[in-house]
Formats: sequence, structure tokens, C-alpha cells
Amino acid sequence: MNALTLRQALPGALRKLDPRELVRTPVMLVVWLGALLTTILSVTDPSVLGWSVTVWLWLTVIFGNLAESVAEGRGKAQAASLRALQQETTAFRQRTDGSVEEVPSTSLRKDDLVVVVAGQRIPGDGDVVEGVASVDESAVTGESAPVIRESGGDRSAVTGGTTVLSDRIVVRITSEPGQSFVDRMIALVEGSERQRTPNEVALNVLLSALTVCFLAVVGSLWFVADFSGAQQSVLVLTALLVCLIPTTIGALLSAIGIAGMDRLVRRNVLAMSGRAVEAAGDVDVLLLDKTGTITYGNRRASELLPLDGVTQRELADAALLASLADETPEGRSIVDLVGERPDVPAGAVFVEFSASTRMSGLDVDGRSIRKGAASAVTAWVGRTDPGLDVLVQQVSETGGTPLVVAEQDRLLGVVHLKDVVKEGMRERFDELRAMGIRTVMITGDNAVTAKAIAAEAGVDDVLAEATPEDKLALIRKEQTGGRMVAMCGDGTNDAPALAQADVGVAMNTGTTAAKEAGNMVDLDSDPTKLIDVVEIGKQLLITRGALTTFSVANDVAKYFAVLPAMFVVAFPGIDVLNVMRLSSPESAIVSAVVFNALIIVALIPLALRGVHYKPASATALLRRNLLVYGVGGLVAPFVGIKLLDLVVSLIPGL
Amino acid sequence: MSDLAPALGQLAVLVVALAVSVPFLGRYLAHVYTSPKHLRVERAAYRVLRVDPDADQHWRSYAMSVLGFSMVGVLVLYAFGRLQQHLPLSLGFGPLTPDGSWNTAVSFVTNTNWQWYSGEAALGHLMQMSGLTVQNFVSAAVGMAVAAAFARGLARSGGHARVGSFFTDLVRGVVRVLLPISVLGAAVLILLGVVQNLASNADLTTLDGATQVLTGGPVASQEAIKQLGTNGGGFYNVNAAHPFENPTALSNLVSIYLMLLIPFATAWSFGLIVKDRRQGLAVLSVMATLLTIGVGLLTWAEMAAPGTAPQLAGAAMEGKEARFGEAGSALFAAVTTGTSTGAVNSMHDSLTAPGGGVALFGMMLGEISPGGVGSGLYGMLMLAILTVFLCGLMVGRTPEYLGKKISQREIVLVAAYVLTTPILLLAGIAVAVTASDGVAGLQESGPHGFTEALYAVASAANNNGSSFGGLTSGTPFWNTLLGLLMLFGRFLPMLIVLALAGRFSAQQRLPQSAGTLPTHRPLFVVLLTGVALVVVGLNYVPVLTLGPIVESLS
Repeated sequence: MNALTLRQALPGALRKLDPRELVRTPVMLVVWLGALLTTILSVTDPSVLGWSVTVWLWLTVIFGNLAESVAEGRGKAQAASLRALQQETTAFRQRTDGSVEEVPSTSLRKDDLVVVVAGQRIPGDGDVVEGVASVDESAVTGESAPVIRESGGDRSAVTGGTTVLSDRIVVRITSEPGQSFVDRMIALVEGSERQRTPNEVALNVLLSALTVCFLAVVGSLWFVADFSGAQQSVLVLTALLVCLIPTTIGALLSAIGIAGMDRLVRRNVLAMSGRAVEAAGDVDVLLLDKTGTITYGNRRASELLPLDGVTQRELADAALLASLADETPEGRSIVDLVGERPDVPAGAVFVEFSASTRMSGLDVDGRSIRKGAASAVTAWVGRTDPGLDVLVQQVSETGGTPLVVAEQDRLLGVVHLKDVVKEGMRERFDELRAMGIRTVMITGDNAVTAKAIAAEAGVDDVLAEATPEDKLALIRKEQTGGRMVAMCGDGTNDAPALAQADVGVAMNTGTTAAKEAGNMVDLDSDPTKLIDVVEIGKQLLITRGALTTFSVANDVAKYFAVLPAMFVVAFPGIDVLNVMRLSSPESAIVSAVVFNALIIVALIPLALRGVHYKPASATALLRRNLLVYGVGGLVAPFVGIKLLDLVVSLIPGL
Repeated sequence: MSDLAPALGQLAVLVVALAVSVPFLGRYLAHVYTSPKHLRVERAAYRVLRVDPDADQHWRSYAMSVLGFSMVGVLVLYAFGRLQQHLPLSLGFGPLTPDGSWNTAVSFVTNTNWQWYSGEAALGHLMQMSGLTVQNFVSAAVGMAVAAAFARGLARSGGHARVGSFFTDLVRGVVRVLLPISVLGAAVLILLGVVQNLASNADLTTLDGATQVLTGGPVASQEAIKQLGTNGGGFYNVNAAHPFENPTALSNLVSIYLMLLIPFATAWSFGLIVKDRRQGLAVLSVMATLLTIGVGLLTWAEMAAPGTAPQLAGAAMEGKEARFGEAGSALFAAVTTGTSTGAVNSMHDSLTAPGGGVALFGMMLGEISPGGVGSGLYGMLMLAILTVFLCGLMVGRTPEYLGKKISQREIVLVAAYVLTTPILLLAGIAVAVTASDGVAGLQESGPHGFTEALYAVASAANNNGSSFGGLTSGTPFWNTLLGLLMLFGRFLPMLIVLALAGRFSAQQRLPQSAGTLPTHRPLFVVLLTGVALVVVGLNYVPVLTLGPIVESLS
């Protein structure tokens, strides 16, 4: 936050002075009414104290609005670039008879078919129903490498505003005008259609209740002070009221919510509702797909196991030859493991892997070398070997994939292919466990393989040979036990599970069905990000709690500033309670009001950034935050008000 | 130092006695409020009441039973008061005034036992025994029932907003808990010299020839339940300062023990009902911490005796009984205001200014240190839920207490609970010091006079019933005002508690994990104590400033 963003946010802040805008936050509405009251009082009976209080009460309201405007402003720039995508273009709509007509993109309706060719912008969200094309989605995702979109399967969804780079596709439009993905993104980043989240609403209820309570306190004080012979002016009572009601959190509450969404947007995750962000903080169980999330997704050769009578060298040479022309990740990993890279011998014929043979290999100089699934290679050789069975069994049991290598009729040995767990995953899962979150690995592998990888990665549980139905059933089971579940997915068959999960993150590369079922979309299509999403959710809630605690704790010091000031004339003995030794009653009251206003501005950066968050257990988090924001909230205003008093007391007339 | 030894000695005896008996009674209470079996005498009671003891009531139906039962109690007592001259054992006393009768009826049904009259000079034996003593039992049992319903609501999962059967809770509370313990208590008190008879007044001629009237009566039996049920209504006007009610330092200590017994045991039983003993222990620790602070401050105030008059006299003994001394009086005052009992063994008007302030604050906390029977527990739990909501977000989850989510509907109820008593109290004091009828009742002017009014209003709104003295409260204005405060101060919170019990009962109980805010650790005890002092305290700092604080500092 700098001077520029503040200046840009100011007009918005002033516009929000309209009391209709403030009805949503009763705390700030009370400040607004108080400011109006003191304005009238100051006009009818002008005094330095009156005008000082009045000006700072208005500033309190403006600062509160400023917080919200700054938070919204951060999304404005992003929204502007997104709007550029929405320029009206010409779309080529396909009639039912197959002919094409030119229509403006805004007139497209759901289920219309449009033809898009290379160089054209896709006119709306939809699914590719015909053809394959490479598409530049950088305008939406920020990722410059083009992606392939094709009909059928899990890569069929296209986003309006992106550009087709090659080929021709037919797209079936899936959204009505004004409800496209980009429209929703704009609304989200601008915060214009922000719905308040359940916890935010609940917190607002409590803040309103505290406000009502303090209204009763100050209202009764009017009568009681009168009885005690220490009559108080409405001006001073209003100042006291505004100091006591939780203005700090009241002013920053919506900014915290907007900033939380914004933090997600900055990590290229779009939450379709604030509710989902809040739910992310509450997640108990994280379902993670093994491939691509926990492991790199490609099996890598980790070990060569020769049969009896075969040397390590023989096996290595044969495996190397069989893999030289093999450009699959598995093949390359064998070359890497052997550590040499000779040229492919001249005249060699590469035998590609096929689903029916389940082998690949090389024919050269009359030698035939094959590597592949154990059953396929033994069938090719025409015999098996007890030693080989032992090796195959051994590799399978540790969760690896055995690749048998043979030359002609001779079985040579086994290459141990292993699914490699990404670096740092174990530590992340340990962190999650400390936060009380259980991780469940989802995989299509058999139970043995799955267990071995689960143990290596350090996840808590595993769902092996998982079908989409299993996933859904698992989510339902956890939810029946009262747990909140988060998952990510991209395929159409993930859609039911994504919809069922409390937090469902759909990959942007996924199908429209998946994106619509989930409540978040990750533009980077990085499943690991689910963990970040949980952390952002937690940080949002912590920020809210920390500032609420801070706000309430502040009241103690404000009483010490204002009450002695109010009653010192009638009861001189009370000066003992003026522990801050504030220079005069008037200065004390103004200092408290000024502190109350400035603390809002001081905390805007914190509200936007979120409080420092490091994954830890609830106890550790509570201890730390309580110390910083609870104890800090008790102490800070004593220091702040004292310092302000040193300045304020210089104003003549106070 | 020599003064301090007996002060600490009696405290030590009290702590040991409670430490031994609270877990035992707590276990028993948990059994009483969860057991499916009925005693024969209870079955008879259910037949007479024509209720099904195994009915699991919806919270609304439970609340209607509480209200209906209590309203009948108010009407009966009102009639007794108004028709006293026609009733047997009236000792010749006439009817109470309409406002007086209203005040007394509400006062006893709400477990407040505010007494605007002198017991020995206005009420006959029938009114004392059947009217007031009966309410001493049942009003206490109603409080315990509501607390039990709340604990069950928290313990259940998917319970369709059902919280148990009110009449079963009521009958069991009386039959299994209050009656046996108060019979025991009364026997002990009789042994210690408390009066128990049904005699008429005895006229005696004193040594210097004057005639003195000695009023006897069923004192010990009323005394035991008055302390045990945190009622506090004395047989005599001066309450437990009267030598027939509280003859020795030992009977004084027994009285204090009786006041604290059930409130602490209820907290223990709460842990057992929700199947996590540590939760009950945490709640109990907060109660004990707050009480210790109160006892410490009050004892310090009375023994250090600030103020001109005590300094001149050498000790703050004005208004105190020599047989209890400063420490015995201070301990009693702190406990009676901390427990919503409201019995007094010294005149609180004569406490030192800070001492009176501590007694006042003890009530203002909402009677949670450890509070009234039942009401102390649910009051503390409401604050625990508030604490979880305010600070629980700081662990990065939406707030939950014992596996129950605190979302909008719940927080509306909690906020309403937290608002009710302060608003009643603050509105009450504003009316009292503004109306000329209110001011007319005050004995003193200035801060002390204000404290008299504030004390009365706080005592009524929090259902404590202790009187600061100095206030002439038996006027239509005060009787009406205090009656309203007592009525709303008792039943509005109860309704809210039951509504919340219903919501919790219907909710699923979520599993706890390392990410959930632990509510049984010392950290939470400190936090809850802090929230109780700050959040509740913030409401009353201004009025306390103009009363005891200004008085202390002048």
C-alpha cells in the first residue's frame, strides 16, 4: 500500500459515506450517526473540542471506507485487463444445416455452435465438440505456452476471450451472456458482487451486539452522571461511544474478506464464493490425487536386478539399447540410470510400445531386445523362470513396477520402475498433520503399490484402485462423520465428487462440468495448490479473529483515557486513574478519538496482507496470536494515546 | 500477620473440604441427570404431576415447562402473601401489599430471594415454610435442570433439538440432591447451635427490665437450603448475621461451604455429561480463579481497611459481627456475591468502598464465580462460547465448542444472552436514579448513595438477592422495578440457554483434531478468565467508576 493506492481509493471512500452503504456494517453506521450529531452540536455551539471530535469522527468513517476501497482497488486493475477480453467480436455461428452466419458475440446463447479458426478469439465459454486446436490462454491464466484443446475427453473446455492459434474447432457455447467465466472473474476480483460469508455475518452480529451494549452503557451514563452531579455533554458521550464500539474490526471486516479472495486470485485460484474460502480454513481431510500431486506422475527406473547368471553389465547394456529410441519418460529414465548415452546403432529398428503387445524394444544386427510387462515378455520369450518370478514379486511388493528385459530367448532381469514422490511433500504433510488435517491419497494403483507410495510420501491414508464412485463414497463417509473435505479434480467423472466436497478445486485444463461442479478453479492447474488454498483460508480467519481481539482489548485503555477526563472535574480524586498522565481532559478525549481513527489506517496493510501465518497446531497458533493481538491490543493504545496527547495538547484551546 | 493466619486457615479448610467433596458430588450429579431409572417416590411424583418422566422434550416444550411451572409458583406465592391473614400459622401478621407480594413472589421463584421486608416481622411460619422454603428447593432445582439440559444439548449429536424432560430433572434435583444434602446440612447446623422450632415468639425480660421478643422458628431447615440452593433469603432480617441463623465461626464456614458445593460440583458433572472430564475441570478452574480474585481483593480491602472511619477505629469492623471478624465477613461477602446466594453475614453497606465494589463486581460478572446452582454453569458456558467465537478464529478455523459449530444462529443467541443482563441492569439504574421515587429510597447522597442503588439493581438483575443496605426498598417503585429486573434477569437468559441447547442438540458433534481450539488447556482457562473480566467488565466500568471507585479514591 502506498500513497498512490490511497489516493486512488479516496473517491470510492467518499462515495461510501452514503449511509445506505453503511447499513451493512452497523458499527460504522453508529459512527456515522455520531459524526452527524457532533456536527450539529458543533455548528450550534462551536468549540475547539467539538470541531476536533467532529472532524475525527468523520475521518473514522472515511478511514473505514478507505480500507474497503483499497481492498477493492487492488482487483480493479485486474478487472480492467479482463474487460478487454470482453470486447464484442464477430462470431461464426453454425446453423443446424451446417451453414455459418456472422453474429455479434454478445448475441450468443447457451448451446449455440460456433466455428473458430486460427487467429480468432473464442467468443464465449464452451466445449470443443469438433476438432483439435492449440489455444493461447495467457490472457486468462498468465501462462504463455499454448495449450491443446480437443473434442471429447477431459481437454475440451475453452474460455471466452482466449485465442485459437492453429487449426479449426467447433465450440458449443455453455454460458449465457454476462455469466461467462470472465464475467464471474471480473465480479470476483472487483468484489462488487461479494456475498458476505457465514462467519463474517456471524461476526457482524456479535459486533452489532457489542455496539448495542455500549449504547446502553453510554445511554445509562447520561442519567447516572447527571445523578452524580457530573453531567456530561452529548458531545463527550458520543466520543466515548465511538471509542468503545468495535470500530477497528468493524471498519476492516469487509476489507479482510476482499483481500482474502484477492490473495487467492494472486495465486491464480478463483473462488466462486467467499464461503468456499472460509470452508478451506475448516478442512479436516484433504483428498489428493497421487499422480501429479504427490508423485511426479512418471515412473522412473531406480534399480537393475539381473537374474542369476546374468551380469549387471549385460542387463544394463540390453536395457540401454532397448530404451535408446524410447522417448517415453520411463525409457529416458532407464538411460539416465545407466548413465551412458551411446548413439542409436545404424539400421536399428525401434519397436514401439503398444497396448496389445505391452512391450517396446529394438531390433538390430539380428538381435531382438525387448522390455515390458512381465507377462508380455515371458510370453514373447516363450518360457518363464522361477528366479524371475521372485524378482518381479519383490519389485511389486515395494510398490514399484517391474519391467522385464529379454534378448532373443534369454531372460536377463528386471528394471525396477518407481513412482517418485515430489520433494518436500513429506514435510508438507507433516505440517498439515500438525494443523489437524488428514491427507488421503487417491490412486488407481493396486493396494500394494498404493500403500508403499503412501508410506514413502507420509500421507495418513490411501484409497487404492479408486473409481470416481469410490471417491464420492469416501467424501460422503467423511462428511457423515462431520469432517470437511477438500479435493481437486479435472475430469468430467470427477464432477460429482467435486460438487460433494466442501472445497472442490477444479483444474482450469479440466472439463466445463468439472469447473462448474467445483467451487474454485485453479488457473495454473496445479493440484498441489490445494494446500495453499487451505492455508489462505486459515489466514483469512486468523486475521479476522486477531483484529477482533485487538479491537476489544483496546477498550481497556480507552476507558483509562476518557473516564478520568469525564469525571475529574466533579471528583478530583479520580485523577489517579489517569495513568497515562494525559495533559487535559479535552486533550485526553481528542487523543482517544484520534487514536481510534488512526489505528484503522495503521491496520489496513495488515488486513490486506493477512496476519503472519505459519502452519502449526491450534494451541501454538492461539498462544502466539493471543500474545501479539490480545496483549498487544491491551498495551498499544496506552502508548498510542499518550504519544498523540503530546501532539494534541499543543493545539490551543484543548 | 496474626490476623492473616485465621483468614488463611479457614480458606484452607474450605478448599480441602470442597476438593474432597466436589468430584464425588459431581459424579453423583452427572448420574442423577443422565440415569434412565426412576425411584419409587419419584414415580409417585410423576403420577401426581401427570407427566411422562421418559419424555424427551423439544427445547421449546422444555422451556414452556420451565416458564409454566415458575409462573404457577409466582401466582401461588403472590396469593399466599395477599391472603396471609386468612392462612394458618400466620403469627397474626396481615397481608402484604400488592407490590410487596409481587416482589416477594418473583424474588423467591427466581432464586433471587431479595427481601424488602423483615422476615421475622412480616411473614408467618406457613409463608416462610410452604411458600418460601418450597421455592428455595424448586427454584434451585429449576436452575440445575436448565444447566443439565444445556449440558445434554452439548453432549448429543443429531438429537433433533431434544434436551430431556424438565419434570424429571426438577423432581430428581429436589429428591436426589437438594433434600438429602439439606437435611444433612440442617442437622449439622442444629448441632452447631442454629435454632429449629415451631414456637411462637417468646417475650423475655432483660436484665435492665426491658422486654425483648425472641423469634424462633424452623430456622436451620431454611438455612441449609438457603445456602445449598444459593437462594439467600434469611429467616431473619439481618440474615446470616443473626446469631440464631449463624451462631459461630464454624457455622459460618459450613454456610460458605454449602453455597459453593453445588455450583462447583455442577461444573464437574458437566465434564462427565459431555464425556470429557477435562472440560468440566477447565470451567471449574475459571470459576475458582475468579472467586479467588474476589476473595483476595475483598479480604485485602477489609483487612487493610482504607478510608477515614476504619483508620480511626483501627479496623473496618462497622457492620460486621465480632464472631466472624474481617476475614470471615469478607470471605462470606465474596462467596455470597460470587454464587448468586445473596445471604449476608455483615452489612455490605458498611464494607470498605473497594470491598463493596468487589462484592458488586462479583454480581455484575453475571454470577459465574462459581454462580448460582445451575445458572453459574450455563452462564460460564455462554461466556466460554463467546470466548471461542471472539478468539477461536485465531487458530484459523470457524469457531466451535465441544464439536459444535458457532455460526450465525448460535451467535445471535449468545449475543442476546450477553446483552440481556447488562441492558436490564443499566436501564434499571438509569430509571432508578432519575425517578424521584427511586432517589427517595436512598439513605446517602453522593457516590455511596449511588452505590446503594446500583447494588440493589445489580443484585436483582443478576438474581443475587443480597442487599447493600441503606436503601429503603419496600416502596411500590423499588418493589416493582426490582421485581421486573429479577423476572427478566432470570427467565430471558434461561430461554436463550434452552434455545441454544436445542440448536446444539440438533447439530452433529464434530470430531476434534489438532487444528481445533482446545478448550481444556490452561491457556483457555486464562483466556476465558480474561474475557469474563474484560467483556463483562467493560459494560460496568463507567457505573462502577461513579460508585465505589470514586468513593475509594476520595
